[in-house]
Amino acid sequence: MKSHSLSAEGRRKTILSVVLAIICIIYVLPMLTVVLNSFKLNTYVKTDTFALPAGEMWAGLGNFITGMTFGNYPFAKSVLYSVVITVVSTFLILLCTSMAAWYIARVNSAFCKLLYFLCVFSMVVPFQMVMFTLSKTADQLHLNTPWSIPVVYLGFGAGLAIFMFVGFVKSIPLEIEEAAAIDGCGPLRVFFSVVLPMLKPTMISVGILEIMWVWNDYLLPYLVLDINKYRTIPIHIQYLKGSYGTVDLGATMALILLSIIPVIIFYLTCQKHIIKGVAAGAVKG
Amino acid sequence: MKTNKITNDNSVKAATRRWAPLFLGPVVIAFIIGFVWPFIQGIWLSLCNFRLISDAEFIGFENYLKALQDASFRHAFWYTALFAIVSLVLINVLAFAVAYALTQSIKGSNLFRTVFFMPNLIGGIVLGYIWSMIFDGILSRWSTSILLNSKFGFWGLIILMCWQQIGYMMIIYIAGLQNVPGEMLEAACIDGASRWQTLFKVTIPNVMPSITICMFLSLTNGFKLFDQNLALTGGQPFNIQPDGTSIKTTEMLALNIFNTFYGSSSSSQGVAQAKAVIFFILVAGLGLAQLAYTRKKEVQQ
Repeated sequence: MKSHSLSAEGRRKTILSVVLAIICIIYVLPMLTVVLNSFKLNTYVKTDTFALPAGEMWAGLGNFITGMTFGNYPFAKSVLYSVVITVVSTFLILLCTSMAAWYIARVNSAFCKLLYFLCVFSMVVPFQMVMFTLSKTADQLHLNTPWSIPVVYLGFGAGLAIFMFVGFVKSIPLEIEEAAAIDGCGPLRVFFSVVLPMLKPTMISVGILEIMWVWNDYLLPYLVLDINKYRTIPIHIQYLKGSYGTVDLGATMALILLSIIPVIIFYLTCQKHIIKGVAAGAVKG
Repeated sequence: MKTNKITNDNSVKAATRRWAPLFLGPVVIAFIIGFVWPFIQGIWLSLCNFRLISDAEFIGFENYLKALQDASFRHAFWYTALFAIVSLVLINVLAFAVAYALTQSIKGSNLFRTVFFMPNLIGGIVLGYIWSMIFDGILSRWSTSILLNSKFGFWGLIILMCWQQIGYMMIIYIAGLQNVPGEMLEAACIDGASRWQTLFKVTIPNVMPSITICMFLSLTNGFKLFDQNLALTGGQPFNIQPDGTSIKTTEMLALNIFNTFYGSSSSSQGVAQAKAVIFFILVAGLGLAQLAYTRKKEVQQ
């Protein structure tokens, strides 16, 4: 009876669902392989990559324990530096570029127009164009520590952020700010109490784009930071694989798993904002 | 009234201008350090012979000639172009198909969307190592490795990029598909158009803006690819040339520039910087073409 009530349309949709579910499972398999191998003894990772870590292959938490001090560098330290750089850079970019974008959109002097043009221009310049000179300049100015590298991120990442903020500020009616100014608010108060709250949706979009960029960035911190002292997670993982001698693949997978988990938690908790922010950045960038 | 408003507006502007150092200062200083100065210096150094920066000596366009004569650079260019085009076609066809399926109001579409987008958040280096383990796990059954055959390296990187980028492009396509006017689809249905006719004659023309954006995005992403290339194969296998130099068969443009700058045998920073300028012109050209194209479309609408 039930199959009779299914229309051709319904059947088509069920088939589509099943096909997508299968693709979905294939899509998750690489992640699952990482989980499997992070609990597997090193010698079996290459030979039995897709086997369950059962019996003699089982390494328990061994990989995670060796991973902590693996590569002569504590993993916790690279996590700490990644967090510091990402948080400070994102905060700095959001604050400084939103202020600058508001000024550019509202004052719109010749200098503002030039700055805006340069920002848009910087968006099409690949990092390789400036990487050598930028890393030398950053070195000279002592911007080679996790606490000062956010200045470099602000400089190289200002383009997209300013572009997105200016676009949004232009869509805000001027009357609200004028009313605040007539009520006696100075420019600072106008910006922080009136404009900034209205910028919130763009703040979230820009913030997510910057977080994803800085957190995953490899080349810029690799060239700018003093590598013997400071490593971010991507640099650390690259060092493990790139180092000479035998590589402990089990421990590497354990560290990769540890570095993915926070990203996935972040994604699942603010999925809507992330997808919206990424789409906004794509359409405009 | 009107004059009153203008003077008022001007006084607000004047008051704001006084705060320029606070509002613009940090960004301007950081922008000069992080972009403007390195960019100008980069252009200048591409015309110089240097090892450090202080010893730069102007030599004209010699670096550019050397860069264009460099076999490894030319190989990297064609390799990158081929990669960018193949990945453009595959990513966009698959992403559009998935987006089209997900907008048919089927069960579980939210879950599917979540899963397909997820790989996008993982960094290129980590992605490269995940997939190098997977490919080597498969290839070890035939006792070979992704590092031993440049064909494996090419298609491996294509699979990796599809896995990472399909979810991203899918999001843009879904937004485009949701904007197709429902009346148009109904009209096509009433007129007796088949499903395929509706897709090609109504849906696709309506999502053309999204298709353009995604095509340009995947093209520039392909050209700029670095992290994934470094982590998956790092350019291997190497091909020794008759003159003793070696060509890294799976090395793309960005990695080639990096290796010319920082490779162990590098004595040619100037050539590397010239390559970087050529690379910049290529990528910026693609970006400007996109801008011009979307502007033209907007005017037409």
